[in-house]
Amino acid sequence: MKRILVAVKRVVDYNIRIRVKPDNTGVITEGVKQSINPFDEIALEEALRLREKGLAEEVVVVSIGPADVQSQLRTALAMGADRAVLVNASSAIEPLDAAKIFLKLAEREQPFLFMLGKQAIDDDNNQTGQMLAGLWNRPQATFASKVEIIGDMARVTREVDAGLESLEVDLPAVVTVDLRLNEPRYVKLPDIIKAKKKPLETLELAALGITLRPRLQALHYAPPSVRTRGVMVKDAGELVAALAARGLV
Amino acid sequence: MSRILVIAEHDGRQLNAATAKCLRCAQAIGGEITLAVLGNGLSAIAEDGARLNGVTQVLTFDSPANAHPLAAVFAPQLAAVAAEFSHVLAPSTTFGKDLLPRLAALLDVPAISDIMAVESASRFQRPIYAGNAILTVEAGELRPICATVRIASFDAVEKAGTVAAIQPAAVAMPAVGHTRFVAVSSPASDRPDLQTARRVVSGGRALGSAEKFQLIYQLADALGAAVGASRAAVDAGYAPNDLQVGQTGKIIAPELYVALGISGAIQHLTGIKDARTIVAINKDPDAPIFEIADFGLVADLFEAVPTLIAALADRARART
Ligand SMILES: Cc1cc2nc3c(=O)[nH]c(=O)nc-3n(C[C@H](O)[C@H](O)[C@H](O)COP(=O)(O)OP(=O)(O)OC[C@H]3O[C@@H](n4cnc5c(N)ncnc54)[C@H](O)[C@@H]3O)c2cc1C
Ligand SMILES: Nc1ncnc2c1ncn2[C@@H]1O[C@H](COP(=O)(O)O)[C@@H](O)[C@H]1O
Repeated sequence: MKRILVAVKRVVDYNIRIRVKPDNTGVITEGVKQSINPFDEIALEEALRLREKGLAEEVVVVSIGPADVQSQLRTALAMGADRAVLVNASSAIEPLDAAKIFLKLAEREQPFLFMLGKQAIDDDNNQTGQMLAGLWNRPQATFASKVEIIGDMARVTREVDAGLESLEVDLPAVVTVDLRLNEPRYVKLPDIIKAKKKPLETLELAALGITLRPRLQALHYAPPSVRTRGVMVKDAGELVAALAARGLV
Repeated sequence: MSRILVIAEHDGRQLNAATAKCLRCAQAIGGEITLAVLGNGLSAIAEDGARLNGVTQVLTFDSPANAHPLAAVFAPQLAAVAAEFSHVLAPSTTFGKDLLPRLAALLDVPAISDIMAVESASRFQRPIYAGNAILTVEAGELRPICATVRIASFDAVEKAGTVAAIQPAAVAMPAVGHTRFVAVSSPASDRPDLQTARRVVSGGRALGSAEKFQLIYQLADALGAAVGASRAAVDAGYAPNDLQVGQTGKIIAPELYVALGISGAIQHLTGIKDARTIVAINKDPDAPIFEIADFGLVADLFEAVPTLIAALADRARART
């Protein structure tokens, strides 16, 4: 079966203004809206489009997290994924551990494409896909803004600092996606109902033969230093004068 | 004592400014610094690297297979030498972000992204949640500590008076056929580079079209500035993707940042927090951008910007 795996992480919704806990042990997530990481939604959309073009037969969404993540996986199923796999663990594990779990899933599911977001907008690590590709000893095409499947390879356009780079990678490969790849579809009500019947499997770490090995210690969370509001000028002339006073023009 | 390997970034002709900033972070950690340069026909680049302050040794990986920066090709070569080092650093550019995690995975160590401050040789600060929280992480006895460096947080090191030794790395070339470079297209530009420019003028969705976005270029010319854009402006096709500033674009720290018709979404502000002076022109007095601007002007940019350009020209004339 020609299969695509898509990693979907549950994160604090991107519209929420994050606040650090007063005791500096983390950020406030209680009662805060959670959503699919926006990049992962784009990865899923791309996988669905590939399936709709007949280039894939099955799209499987995979996530690592507590039982709550089922609600995001149901959303992913409503978007069109065929089935979901939830690995029961904290979602705040280190990317290396996440990559090791995804490697096990890749070995089990044998996808021709493993798609991930380029970064999770909570930890902003931007590591998991690259680590997975390294451990799997397969190609990586990160920050994708275009993905074409041509036989047993993919041609991927990447958003790099210099502009756009294109790579050819043999399949199976890991692709991490950037924002401009596509515009994810909206979920329709009937699809939400249909999604309730789609398979959602939960796996335990032990069953995958994984023992988590966190090695970085999060010591302290602090709010960023804030810039203070400056002054309002009334016209362009005043602005030039203000800049001149700072030696900027 | 720490032995730090800094992975150099270059465009095939010269080192980029990110490398010199990464070296400043290495100096803050303290120790002996080796600069790794991978490429094809790289002796001139290696010599430039040998003249940068803090570099004690340049390790070269010169091979036709290294002509393009492919993580799958670079990572195994670096993994072969990494065990000798306490730290491995790369700039947090698309090059470093692509490469460093793959390298760390080959070494079976975690990676730390976007170091913005060094508290000790094993303790670092990094931004999370689009810069809305700063996390202090402790790596303890972990070796090597693999990390990317948020280049907007560090000044470039100067040229040194001395020249460090250059030595080819004795590693076998991995045979990686599964990943092939095809092409890179960089919009030709003779303007200052966005990532390192001292002044930046950015335009947002308000510009309304690629034609009208030219106004941003005109002001940038008057200021000798690089041009940036919000994601909305890039998505709408007013500006190319490499001009995007923000969480998922470039993180910059110019002396002067001018935001025109940009609302100030948190994802955009993340990219400009370290700018010395921020100027915003927006017709909405409640736009969030004004909360962080040093100088704000509530105006229609299509009126204010031409006036501003004229005022700058007057000033330039008065000074000559
Ligand atoms: C995961 C994620 C990552 C993102 N990453 C980035 C990123 O890296 N960079 C980024 O920029 N965005 C990013 N975004 C998008 C971000 O949330 C905003 O949507 C975007 O920054 C808005 O761009 P804008 O300010 O140009 O447009 P708008 O928010 O539409 O603002 C336009 C502004 O122009 C003003 N205006 C209109 N007409 C005029 C006029 N004639 N004169 C003066 N002012 C006028 C309006 O008052 C308004 O404030 C990201 C979003 C997500 C979900
Ligand atoms: N706990 C997780 N569950 C599902 N996907 C994850 C998880 N952690 C990371 N990922 C995937 O890896 C990508 C990059 O994450 P990160 O390296 O943490 O920035 C995310 O966009 C997801 O696609």
